[in-house]
This record gives sequence, C-alpha cells and structure tokens, in this order.
Amino acid sequence: MIANLPFIAVALLIGIALATILLKKNMIKMVMGLAMLEGAVNLFLVTLGYRENGIAPIFTNAPEGADMVLPTVQALTLTNIVIGVATTALLLVLVMVIYKKYGTVNADKMRRLKE
Amino acid sequence: MNVLFDNLPALLIAVPLFCAFLVPIIGRFLPQIRDAWIICASFASSLLAVITAFTVYTKGTIVYVFGAAAGSPAAPIDSGGIPFRIIFTIDGFGVFMLLSAAIVSFAVVLYLVSSQKERSGKSEFYALYLLLTAGIFGMVSTGDMFNFFVFLEINSLAGAALVSYHRRGGIAAEGALKYLIVNTVGGLMVLFSIGLLYAQYNSLNMAVIASQISLSTLNIIALVLFIAALAMKAGSVPFHFATPDAYSVAPSGITAVMIVASQAGLYGLFRILFTLYGDTFNTVTLGWVIIVLGVLSMVIGVTMAIPQKDVKRLLAYHAVSQTGYMLLGVGVALAVLGDPIAMASYGQTAMEGGLFHIINHAMYKGLLFLAVGAVIYRTGVWSLNKMGGLGHNMKWTMIFFLIGALAIAGIPPFNGFASKLMIYESVFAFNPALSIIAMVVSILTLASFMKVFHSMFMGPQLPEYAEVKEVPKLMIAGMVILTIFVIGFGLFPDLVVNNLVAPAADALINKGAYITAVFGGGL
Repeated sequence: MIANLPFIAVALLIGIALATILLKKNMIKMVMGLAMLEGAVNLFLVTLGYRENGIAPIFTNAPEGADMVLPTVQALTLTNIVIGVATTALLLVLVMVIYKKYGTVNADKMRRLKE
Repeated sequence: MNVLFDNLPALLIAVPLFCAFLVPIIGRFLPQIRDAWIICASFASSLLAVITAFTVYTKGTIVYVFGAAAGSPAAPIDSGGIPFRIIFTIDGFGVFMLLSAAIVSFAVVLYLVSSQKERSGKSEFYALYLLLTAGIFGMVSTGDMFNFFVFLEINSLAGAALVSYHRRGGIAAEGALKYLIVNTVGGLMVLFSIGLLYAQYNSLNMAVIASQISLSTLNIIALVLFIAALAMKAGSVPFHFATPDAYSVAPSGITAVMIVASQAGLYGLFRILFTLYGDTFNTVTLGWVIIVLGVLSMVIGVTMAIPQKDVKRLLAYHAVSQTGYMLLGVGVALAVLGDPIAMASYGQTAMEGGLFHIINHAMYKGLLFLAVGAVIYRTGVWSLNKMGGLGHNMKWTMIFFLIGALAIAGIPPFNGFASKLMIYESVFAFNPALSIIAMVVSILTLASFMKVFHSMFMGPQLPEYAEVKEVPKLMIAGMVILTIFVIGFGLFPDLVVNNLVAPAADALINKGAYITAVFGGGL
C-alpha cells in the first residue's frame, strides 16, 4: 500500500488537473491545471525509475554493488520540465493578449471566433 | 561527400534547426539577404528530405544511431543487446510523410516570403517556421518514443506561435490558445503512455517495444491514450473543435503547413497502431473504432463546413472532413489485418487509398489555402458574403482555386479522384454502406466548393474590388509547385501508388520488417 502511494498521488493529481482544465472558466486557472497535469506526469516518470534504497545514478563514485535509481526517466522528466516551461509561457502570453483585447479571461466570453 | 550521405537523418533535423537559429541574427545584421537565406534554408531541408527518400527507396530502411560510431550496429555490445541510444528509423511510411512535408514546406516558403513582405517581426516568424518544419521532419523519422514526444511538442509550440502571429484584434490569440491547450493535453497523454510502456519494457525504442509487446491492461490504457491524443493532433472528430478555430485565424501560408503538421499526428497514430501494437490486439474491434472515427469526421466536418461564412473556417472544416477519408481507408485495412484473403483482395487497396489520400490532401488543401490566402491578401476580406467578381482581376488565383476545388471534390483527372476511387472500391467490398457515405460526403464537398467558387470569383466586377491586382509572382510560384503535384498525381496515379504509396503500406503492414531493420537481423 505504502509503496503505491506515489501512483495514487499521480492519479489524484491527474484527476484534479483534468477537472481544473474542464470545469474552470478562468483561463489562468486552466493554464494552472495544465501545469498541474505536467507535474503529475513528471511525478509518474520519476516514480517509475525509483529503486528501493537506490542512490543517485552517478557512476564514477558509486560504492561497490549499490543499487541506483534509473537515470533515463530523470532525463525524460528534465526534458519535460523544459518543454513545460515553454508551453506555459506561451499559454500565459496568449491569455495576456486576450485579456488586453477582450477585457476578460472568462472562457465563456471568448466567442468572437464563432460570430 | 560521404560524410554527408552517411549522416542524412541527422542533417534532416540539424539543417532546419541551425538555419532557424541563424535567421534572427541575419535579420538583425543583414536584413536584405534574409529572404534569400530563408528560401535557401527551406530548399536545403526539402532537398535533404528528397535525398533521404531516394536512399530509402533504393537501399531500404535507414537506421541511424545518434552518438554511435559510423557503421556500428544499432545495438552496442555493452547494452545487453538493447539499443538504448536515440535512434532514427526511416522506412517507407516515414519517407512518404517526409516527402509530402518537404514539398509543401518549400512551396509555402516561396509564398510567405512574398505575402509577409509588408509585415513586421519577420525574422522570428521565419525562425518559428523552420522550427515547425524540423518538428514535422523529426516526428516522421524518429524511432524513439520519447524523441517522438519532443518533436510533437516542438511541432505544437511552433504551430501555436505561428497561428497567433498576426493578432487581428485578439482572435488569433484565441484560436492559438485553444489549439495549444488541446495539443498540450494530448502531448502529456502521449508522455504518460510512453511512461507506461517504459515501465514494462525498459526501453523507449519503438522496435524493442514492438518486439515484446503483449496485450496487458496497462498496454490497453496506453493504446487508448495514444489514439485519443494523436486524434487530437490530427484534428479528427470528436477532438476537432480546436482545428477550425486555429486554422481560420492563422496566416494562410501557415495553415497550409499546419495541415502537414496535423498529418504528422496521423503518422504517429498509424505507426503506433500498426508497428507498435500490430497484431497483438483484436484488430477487428480496433479497426471499427478507427472507421467510426473516420465516418464521424467525414460527415460532421462536411455538414459543419456548408453553413460557414468565413472562407478559411469553411476550408478548415473540410480539412476535418478529409481526415475522415484517411482514417476510413486505414481503418478498413486494420479491421481485416488478421484475414489474409480479405487483406489481399481489398485491405491492401484500402490502406494504399488512405495513405495516398494523405499526400493528396496535403497538396490540394495547401493549394486551396494558398489561393484563398492570395484573395485575402489583395482584398482583406474573409467573409464570403462580401466577396464577388474577383475572377476578372485574379485569373491565375481563380484557376488554382478551381483546380484545388475539383481535386478535393474528387473530380478526374485531379489527384483527389485517384485516392478516393481506391477508397470507394475497397471500402465497398468491406461494407457498401461506408462507401456510400463516403460518396455522399464527396458530393456535399463539391456542392460546398461550387458555392465558394461562385461567391468568390464569379459574377459582375464589384466597384470596391476594381483596383485589385493579381498577386506577386513568388506567391504564384508557390501555388504552381503544388498545382504541378495535384495534376501530376492525378494523371499518373499508378506510378505514384507503385513507387511511393505501396512501400509505405508495406512498411505499415509488415511489422516484422521494421523490427528486423533495427535489430539488424540479430535478436
């Protein structure tokens, strides 16, 4: 049970994030939901690579016979964080432009395209 | 010279990326050669794609390992037989998508250089354009799941930034925001599924996963997430809501490339369905899922397109509708994958028809967006109700638009007819009702385009458009390139099907060939 705690946290986070994206009307909060979804996926990846009593995967100073956590997933997480920063920045810039032009960040009022 | 040919797959990504980073520098210090530089950069990357295609068609699948000495096998000895380095695998299907991206991106760059002349912020615009090209090239040539995700994100980010480039009172930002939110959620779903696969097979390499995959619950969850996420990227129903919004506000040339960018999502979908999962699951059920997605896309796309007043929004809904044809053709092939007799008699043709439609759609929909963009460039009007009589002054644009419209409606001798006929025939053998739906959608498409053609170009010359001139020569040149392919593919469909489409279909059907190519016969 206790070993599965991170996966339960991932599931909860994904649920909260999707609910935020789908139910909130405020665009800033939707972007926050996306960032939370990204955090959940990152947590999932890091948890995948965890080994019981594992040490950091630095090969040069490793003691004999020690277990290491998987480095690949950590590289993936790092890449995803960088991508996430770019995505969040662009999303927030777009929200700012919309706020400047429309005077609102309410998703329901963003219907100029459909008119 | 040999170094160049040995590292073709790396150059495919490196050239557009490197040129993209140089564009702002050149724009700052030597603005007079920026246009020439961007044309050269795009030509170089397209040329590399064509050379890659030629190499694949003559020598077979390219397997390129980053960071390994030239000529070393893909699986280093110290890795326990598992190729863990980043690997590019370009087979018949990848190269097919590469070619369509190369043709469209070069044609569009000629068009953009002319149509963006009066705009500001061109250096960054072209830098993003080259990033988008690199993203598409990377998606269709990588053999590594995580690499695929990274290129997917480059593709989405550059695409969204380009969509929002000309603000038009905020609505471009609105379209781009919707597009980026949908694509980010899709991208994270892809990453989550990649995590699920990595947890089980300890590898990110597509061939390694494909050789070991079984039908566990986790794999089914991953498959469902992949299908949903990549259908979002491809813009098929029920995830189509962002596509028309984004396509209708983007600069016209960009929309033409966005078509190819969304088809890279379709590439990922087919690659995962056929190569990664292949025959491990019940293909009949899954084939029907894809067929239903395709039929819904076709019908909903075309019915939504008919009442549209904004001409680019109308075209965008037709893009959703045409995606349905590709899903229908490939879905039928997937449904009969386990049945060798049905596969030989019509499954193969359905697959080839669906894939042939991908390249055809990139050509004629690109042409249509460029022609409509030319009209908007000269008149500044989006609404069909306000246009009229433009055929008097813009004869060339009218001809290009007519060719594109006839091609999308499936009228011979243009390329849309060639692929649609293959889909009709093979789908009729599978289930006549589906074929009839496809034909009705074609007729509705024709009706819709006749309306557009009539209200844009026909009728008496309107006084407010008396001063309208034909668009500059470079914009015409971009359209001419696509027209040549629209007509050429329509006149010689056999040649194209045998030389380009059949290798792509074979690459998808023969899952084993892909795995063998990466493992080099061993393992």
